[in-house]
Amino acid sequence: MYATTLGQTRHSFPDLKALLAAATPFRSGDALAGIAAESDEMRVAARLALADLPLKTFLEEAVVPYEADEVTRLILDSHDPVAFQPVASMTVGQFREWLLSDDADTAALTALAPGLTPEMVAAVSKIMRNQDLIAVARKTRVVTAFRNTIGLPGRLSVRIQPNHPTDDPQGVAASILDGLTYGCGDAVVGINPASDNTEGCIALMRLVDDIRQRYAIPTQSCILTHVTTSIEAINRGAPLDLVFQSIAGTEAANKGFGITLDLLREGREAALSLKRHTVGDNVMYFETGQGSALSADAHHGVDQQTVEARAYAVARAFKPLLVNTVVGFIGPEYLYDGKQITRAGLEDHFCGKLLGVPMGVDVCYTNHAEADQDDMDNLLTLLAVAGVNFIMGVPGADDVMLGYQSTSYHDALYIRSALGLRPAPEFEAWLESMGMLGPDGRVKELPASDAAFRRLLGPSDGTMVAA
Amino acid sequence: MSDKAPTPGDAPDPWARLRQATPARIGLGRAGDGLPTAALLEFQLAHARARDAVHTAFDPDAVAAQLDGLEMRRVHSRAPDRPTYLQRPDQGRRLAPDSAAGLEPGPYDAAFVIADGLSAAAVHAHAAPFLRAVLDRLPGWKLAPIVLASQARVALGDEVGERLGAALVAVIIGERPGLSAADSLGCYLTWAPRVGRMDSERNCLSNIRPPDGMPYALAADKLAWLMAEARTRKLTGVGLKEEAPGLGQEARAGIGRS
Repeated sequence: MYATTLGQTRHSFPDLKALLAAATPFRSGDALAGIAAESDEMRVAARLALADLPLKTFLEEAVVPYEADEVTRLILDSHDPVAFQPVASMTVGQFREWLLSDDADTAALTALAPGLTPEMVAAVSKIMRNQDLIAVARKTRVVTAFRNTIGLPGRLSVRIQPNHPTDDPQGVAASILDGLTYGCGDAVVGINPASDNTEGCIALMRLVDDIRQRYAIPTQSCILTHVTTSIEAINRGAPLDLVFQSIAGTEAANKGFGITLDLLREGREAALSLKRHTVGDNVMYFETGQGSALSADAHHGVDQQTVEARAYAVARAFKPLLVNTVVGFIGPEYLYDGKQITRAGLEDHFCGKLLGVPMGVDVCYTNHAEADQDDMDNLLTLLAVAGVNFIMGVPGADDVMLGYQSTSYHDALYIRSALGLRPAPEFEAWLESMGMLGPDGRVKELPASDAAFRRLLGPSDGTMVAA
Repeated sequence: MSDKAPTPGDAPDPWARLRQATPARIGLGRAGDGLPTAALLEFQLAHARARDAVHTAFDPDAVAAQLDGLEMRRVHSRAPDRPTYLQRPDQGRRLAPDSAAGLEPGPYDAAFVIADGLSAAAVHAHAAPFLRAVLDRLPGWKLAPIVLASQARVALGDEVGERLGAALVAVIIGERPGLSAADSLGCYLTWAPRVGRMDSERNCLSNIRPPDGMPYALAADKLAWLMAEARTRKLTGVGLKEEAPGLGQEARAGIGRS
């Protein structure tokens, strides 16, 4: 039982998860679950109680029972008490102030990550303003590598997301080539296949790998299909770089995705066995998003932001190259409008980075959410200031397969120019070698007659080189 | 997307051929780092149409007028307005108490529910002609009164079908608008409807939207086939779709939250 008395009113919270839920900035998903604070005052009362809570409480009281949930067991069994030591005696409120102080520099935050649990970082995020989330995330550094290096200071990587409603190879190739002309694709060329059919996925793997090898592009590819399909593709000799999986923060929600921690381990070992990586051995790509556990009725009464942070504990156990929170995809019953989507994107990025996870964000919305491209511009800019590792690049921001709007190749140009951010170094060198960068290091606008452009797109009669 | 400004320089637009391979917005060109004005406003128009479709109020009178001669009932979900509907899918799946009373059980082979879903525009445009095409293909079926449902999700049909005592319920509903189509109609078929049915227990037709999407006659053929099979095999959902040749793609694409 936790409680705060404000004037004549006593606000009480029966347990830790109720306290966390009540302290959370308002979002529709927590209201749908019936766990949101009943008033604005109650919300702040919960934050006051949370601020006084010792951090070590989260090592003693699990929000999802240890016996019932392998994610809780992973979190508590892998907790590093030595790394935790610098903040072990702090309350949540003191932890916030320390995070904002100069003592919490990049080295200190990197060393601390294994000592933090997702519930600790979710708790502190609930008493932080958006600017706090940005200021602290900026100081973190999570660097990963496969064929290039992602997450270095002053860099922002971009996934090319060349989805097609029927996986048409020419259509997919056209969207990839379009993205390359904007300097995108250093995070990954990652396709959401329309069909989960194994042979269809293998055909897409071959398509992307052919393009990569033809132009000697230092990047990696991924077909975003179920981990079991990826393992089967590896067994059939497919050229697979990264194993993908959607993950969530409870065992039951992961069961809804058809996975266990053991299965993720098996997928990672299969990818490593191919030895296709050159610069580093991060071979996993995970996607997450607030609300997924609730939509699977697998949230155990825990608020959606705390459950989301637990998904990052799952991710970090498998040393991923990329973790992407698909923040506005799930719909208005979980995140109603631009304000809620913005807040959630900043929370997810902050929590993931503090836990040592290489966070990217799919800055996105659906047509039934109260949001538009102006909201996406705002969130994209905030996340780039916060040091997000990567974003999506979708032709014209319009994903014609999944039916939602994300960030575009143009948005990537904008944010790299606005903040002086550059691609992954190996990829940047490749762009330079292709004659695609101007003297200022920015991606040139290439006329159709330009040699670099013609190398990528083929002869002017339209014969496509790639497909 | 297709009416792009002429490419600078002396070469023909190299994207012209590639555009035929994908509906994606490729080769848009640049204005500095941003979009050319025409592409910017084209996107805004598509998004505006999608938003308008989501927020257009359902007009059951207009649909009823197109179905003159058929017995009808009007119902409302527990979601009183659009913002509630969007944030509380649980309320959109259940009948308002005063609506439930008007549905009396009968010995019905099937019930049809016309529901606004996420696009009243789709229902206004396509629901009546599609339903008429379906009814033409169901001689001898004992059908319940047509139910017109406001602020309704697919699963509202479970409660409607259960109260009517219908063996099958078909929910004709506006699909979530995309940028390319804001008036796409879907149809979900559920055997032995009752509150709590799962999406995996339904079959779905989507993108009923002539002239660009599926024509009424083809969609009606498919639905009549599914209804006859469902009645014979006493099931819908995953078990039925797997044995329906030529229906797999629509059925799979349609299973999901609605």
